[in-house]
Amino acid sequence: MSSLQFDIAHLLAGSLVLASFMMLYQDRLYALLNVYALHAGVLALSVAWQAYVQQAPHLYVTALIALVFKAVIIPVALHRIIKRLGIHREIENVIGVGLTMMAGIGLVALSMVVMLRVTPGADALAREDLAFALSVVLLGLLIMVTRRNAVSQVVGFMSLENGLVLAATGAKGMPLVVEISVAFSVLIAFIVIGIFLFRIRERFDSVDVQALDRFRGERR
Amino acid sequence: MIAVALWSVAVLLALAPAGIALSMRPRGSVVLYGACLVVTATLCVTALLHLLDPAHPVLSATLPVGLPWLGAHFRLDALSAFFLVVINLGGLAASLFALGYGRHEDSPGRVLPFYPAYLAAMNVVVLANDAFSFLVAWEFMSLTSWAMVVSHHREAENVRAGYVYLLMASFGTLALLLAFGLLASSAGYDFDAIRASHPSAALASMVAILALVGAGSKAGLVPLHAWLPLAHPAAPSHVSGLMSGVMTKVAVYGFVRIVFDLLPEPVWWWSIVVLLVGGPTATLGVLYALMQRDIKRVLAYSTIENIGIIFTGLGLALAFKAQGLDWVAALAFTAALLHVFNHALFKSLLFFGAGAVLEATGVRDMEKLGGLIHRMPKTAFAVLVGCVAISALPPFNGFVSEWLTFQAILLSPQLPSWGLKLIIPAVGGLLALAAALAAACFVKLYGISFLGRPRSDVAASAHETDRFSIAAMLALAALCLLAGVLPGLFIDALAPVSKTMVGNIMPHQAGLQWLTIVPIAESRSSYNGLLVFLFAAFCGTAAASAIHRLASDRLRRAPAWDCGYPDANPAIQYSASSFSQPIRRVFGSVIFAAREIGEMPEPLAAAPAKLTVAMRDLIWDALYAPIATVIGFVTERINLLQFLTIRSYLTLVFAALIVLLLVVAL
Repeated sequence: MSSLQFDIAHLLAGSLVLASFMMLYQDRLYALLNVYALHAGVLALSVAWQAYVQQAPHLYVTALIALVFKAVIIPVALHRIIKRLGIHREIENVIGVGLTMMAGIGLVALSMVVMLRVTPGADALAREDLAFALSVVLLGLLIMVTRRNAVSQVVGFMSLENGLVLAATGAKGMPLVVEISVAFSVLIAFIVIGIFLFRIRERFDSVDVQALDRFRGERR
Repeated sequence: MIAVALWSVAVLLALAPAGIALSMRPRGSVVLYGACLVVTATLCVTALLHLLDPAHPVLSATLPVGLPWLGAHFRLDALSAFFLVVINLGGLAASLFALGYGRHEDSPGRVLPFYPAYLAAMNVVVLANDAFSFLVAWEFMSLTSWAMVVSHHREAENVRAGYVYLLMASFGTLALLLAFGLLASSAGYDFDAIRASHPSAALASMVAILALVGAGSKAGLVPLHAWLPLAHPAAPSHVSGLMSGVMTKVAVYGFVRIVFDLLPEPVWWWSIVVLLVGGPTATLGVLYALMQRDIKRVLAYSTIENIGIIFTGLGLALAFKAQGLDWVAALAFTAALLHVFNHALFKSLLFFGAGAVLEATGVRDMEKLGGLIHRMPKTAFAVLVGCVAISALPPFNGFVSEWLTFQAILLSPQLPSWGLKLIIPAVGGLLALAAALAAACFVKLYGISFLGRPRSDVAASAHETDRFSIAAMLALAALCLLAGVLPGLFIDALAPVSKTMVGNIMPHQAGLQWLTIVPIAESRSSYNGLLVFLFAAFCGTAAASAIHRLASDRLRRAPAWDCGYPDANPAIQYSASSFSQPIRRVFGSVIFAAREIGEMPEPLAAAPAKLTVAMRDLIWDALYAPIATVIGFVTERINLLQFLTIRSYLTLVFAALIVLLLVVAL
């Protein structure tokens, strides 16, 4: 593998982490969705580059799935859901941009350290790829933890899943069947979550999960 | 032979699902118990033939079930043959009893499927030759008996008994699991490999203590006995008989198998622990029994007493074996095993008697019984034999085994260790006290329930039980007498067991004149059950005929001694509580924190006087209640975790992930 190929793969994976960081501080839902679409687009590019580098044509299918489903269909659908729920003006109070960004930086550092330590034998591309993928997963979890709106939690979950796809393509030899089944399960999860969003909305006039907690009589 | 045994167990297991179908049929219980009767009889005869085989072969078999790399190992040696005889003799008697008794069961579907499975599990425990099969069978035995304990689940008391039983059974299994885990660390799970290994003294000691805790909690050693008097009476009576008479013996088997067989030579202090648990168990068990009013509960507490006697015998065997006095160890060990056999006989008999009384009157409270000897004469006779036997009166079997235990105690001055020289006579004193109190306890049980006048209408209208139940009770009574009159046969039959477990045997008894037994030497002590029996029978018959011949033979019916009251009401008889009051006053204030509160009405006020007795179980208060409180407190705190918000759960998962990654990274 030439160093240019390696650099481009590195650049794309790094951009995915960067997109995750961008999602961390979006406090408007539409903006969050737009960044998510960007996130998925970068993922599609990255996977396509991997397909080219590894000479693995089935990865092009994966990239296509990522582009069509994750970068187009899901964001558009979520747009419409948000419009129908009438929550596009809602502003979430995220814990505090500075603090969240610091935590995110810490997570990236942690995943670098972990990955570089546990995979000394693997080739350089896979190592970097896995480290970035783990960062994206952790950042996705961080998004889910710091949000209170159900829609943005769903988006966080989707970005987490993008990290998994990145990891899977970096490791050579993942069969297409697994890829397609993962894509479908995400789609189904998306549909189920969408239906639940409407049900929650019907009941509580809000998709703020705090309403759910209050309804269960929870202690905080 | 082992093939016959294993096939019989397989038939019992196959009968369990058949029990579900049979429980829907009107006479299904008869078919099922009949089948169990045949199978247990086969097993009993097989085991007996093996035990009496002069070659004493050790048979083994391996089945491809259980853990894939281990299989299930089975072994039939003298020890397992003896316990198979005990289990299946008890199972045989219980099945015969249940042919009649089982027809009165209201919900047979809750008993019939579990009964054969329970018998099979007990047999497998005794046959197992690897830790995995042993523990699985042990737990299966606990679970099937639990199912029958809660079979009458509409009474809240039974459900609580089942709960406590399940907890204590899991605790006991946990202790055994740890014991086998320690043994397996060097040798694996196969008993043959464990026998061949040489664990260090510290490891062996830990295993021995865990075995005492695990088997002791199943057998009912104080202070792990709390579940036993709750659970045993709650089951249907034939199952109570099996649990008390047989399952506690399976626990004794577990202890003997681990400590005498699998472990190397005992360390000297094991015997002190066993003796210090066994002696107080005997005394406390019978004191508890004396305080009860419920017949089945009296019997359950008396089981604790007898387990105490058995464990004292085993402790003596350990003590003498550790000091190299094999021949006394053989005496103590044989005494303990003989008591295992004897207790299985008379405790089953007494529980069957209690079942017959329960079936005839519907009550278990002695204060509502009385006068049953006229209404149920055959049951009364059989129960009388059981009471005499369990009170250790000659010429019945209870006397022989307790007498042999005392013979071993009297040899304690031969021990070189001063600690044991002091402890063993003290334990002997406790045992003697227990024997005397047991006699008082069974005088009370028999006198209050069967003699006197009926204390309630149900007792007055009681009727004799069915012929199968009577046959079972009379057969057991006959065996009690046989084992008491001809103890030499039984002692000789136990010789191979004692040879393999303690390395020596008691002197051969068969050739002695007049069927006397001589445990050590004729100059020291000997006992002849046959002569005692003949003498007692002769004197009794002679006295009865003399009275009939010489006194007036005119039949005259008159009111019983009425203390000068014009109206001799049944309520003025001794009651169960008043009978045990002197003993309660002597021991109760300390051991049970018993208080008597008398309420006298004001002079001229027409209110009844009242006497209330308040008793507490100090062991429950001191040991179980604090543990329950702590567990309750902790679970209350942990329970908060069930009611967090979604985000809190996510945060917890996230934090856990980060911590794990940090562990990997640093």
